[in-house]
Amino acid sequence: MSRPETREKLMKVIFLLAALSSILALFLIMYFIFGAGIPFVKEYGLKEFLFGQVWSPVNKPQQYGIWPMIVGSVIITIGAALVGTPIGILCAVYLSFYAKGKLKYFFQSAVSLMASVPSIIYGFFALQLMVPISRALFGGTGMNIITASVLLGIMILPTIVSISESSLNAVPNRYYQGSVALGATKEISIFKTMIPAAKSGILSSVILGIGRAIGETMAVYMVAGNQPRLPKSLTSGVRTLTTNIVLEMAYAGVEHRQALIATAMVLFIFILVINFLFFLVKRRDRHE
Amino acid sequence: MSKVLRFLVKFAAILTVAIFLIVVGYIAIRGIPGLSWKMFAWKYTSENLSLMPAMITTIMLIILVLIIAIPFGVLTGIYLTEYAKQQSKVVIAIRLATETLAGIPSIVYGLFGMLFFVFRLQWSYSLIAGAFTAAIMVLPLIIRTTEEALLAVDPLLKQASLGLGATKLQTIVRVCLPVAMPGILAGVILSIGRIVGETAAFIFTLGTMAQLPTRLTESGRTLALHMYVLSSEAFHVREAFATALVLLVIVLIINRLSTRLSKLVNKTK
Repeated sequence: MSRPETREKLMKVIFLLAALSSILALFLIMYFIFGAGIPFVKEYGLKEFLFGQVWSPVNKPQQYGIWPMIVGSVIITIGAALVGTPIGILCAVYLSFYAKGKLKYFFQSAVSLMASVPSIIYGFFALQLMVPISRALFGGTGMNIITASVLLGIMILPTIVSISESSLNAVPNRYYQGSVALGATKEISIFKTMIPAAKSGILSSVILGIGRAIGETMAVYMVAGNQPRLPKSLTSGVRTLTTNIVLEMAYAGVEHRQALIATAMVLFIFILVINFLFFLVKRRDRHE
Repeated sequence: MSKVLRFLVKFAAILTVAIFLIVVGYIAIRGIPGLSWKMFAWKYTSENLSLMPAMITTIMLIILVLIIAIPFGVLTGIYLTEYAKQQSKVVIAIRLATETLAGIPSIVYGLFGMLFFVFRLQWSYSLIAGAFTAAIMVLPLIIRTTEEALLAVDPLLKQASLGLGATKLQTIVRVCLPVAMPGILAGVILSIGRIVGETAAFIFTLGTMAQLPTRLTESGRTLALHMYVLSSEAFHVREAFATALVLLVIVLIINRLSTRLSKLVNKTK
């Protein structure tokens, strides 16, 4: 075998090995999270862990029920989707069908820049501006489900806008022309023809936004109140799966730490389910 | 009906931009009065709360992350676009892995980094533990942008190179990579933006030491972490706003750079 050929073969192996690194990384992450999480859940009891209402890791006897955090994560994620989805889709419609020239560039730039603002800045902004407003409106501390949902809704907006916009742009123009030729107005054509045609893409933008919302940590940590109790109303404070970890990891003892890793495991499973949904929607999109 | 819809569409768009402008404007208005020269002093003291060590730590961390992530990311991108048979089991497994990695929340990365790099490998809270954690985090981003950039390379260029007798490897290294470079760079800059803005993944891997680390095994804090620490202390709201402003400006500049570069790619296509 001549030398260039050996080099070609060698490099091919190196490329493959590098490509396998992401599988290795994923495997390592799952090994460490599940490796500490599963034994804890086995010992503590799956039902007691998932559906236990009391999280009290310091006082004896220690109790590690994460039901309040699961509820907290789900509620503010739903809230974020309720805030972000309508605004996001309508904004995408504007960018795709209405905005032109410099104005379009300006709007698109703003959305792209919005996506790059760090979550710690969103959180600090909300703590300083939104929390006082929420306090004035709803009383209490102002750190509650509504504040956190609105903030998360804002944070997932750019994801929903940009992906919805590109899926709207991908719909063949003749659909629109056909609808207009049949006498429909521009708005009816968009809402009755173009949006239904782009629904898989729009749906995947929302799923992606939900994934981002449920995994968000620092911003939620600053405005959600962080009480590990089941919320009584929308103006109660909540703790989420993510913030539970950040709040307590620094001082956790051995068992407590395992409970927090098990919390991350539950979060991880949520994310896997969301990823799977995303995958299904994308696949359906390809088949259509 | 049509009028209402048109109004709602415009309203939503203006609302979105308004929210962005309010966030930036509010941070700017509250941040500018807090800016002072002592915040940029070389050494951090509890007196001046300088962000300079954090800034330098951020740059050191970025360099480390890129040294680790770029080779793996770019080589993976090359493998996926130029070598792998699409739809083969290996490719599907790699894609599934990168897509899953892309969706994992940063707090889970942080926890993993702590368990593996900090505890198991006993690197303690350190630059190197933070760098490896962040490298895994940005890997999917670099892989995806490399793939997209390589796919955008004109096939005629490749065929010409192969036709002139160059090997596949030579074609990739001398023709495809240079042409795809702006796209890859756009992805790298996007990764830098992600590192600069990250906090949750670093709290338990990099730690939050205020002083400049002098060795890879020492703890430090990035600018975002510095801002987090300041914002969690009620007495430093002024400094926290000023630091937030500096952080925000850096992140926005990084975003513009990346957008410019990816525009360049689309033009050459």
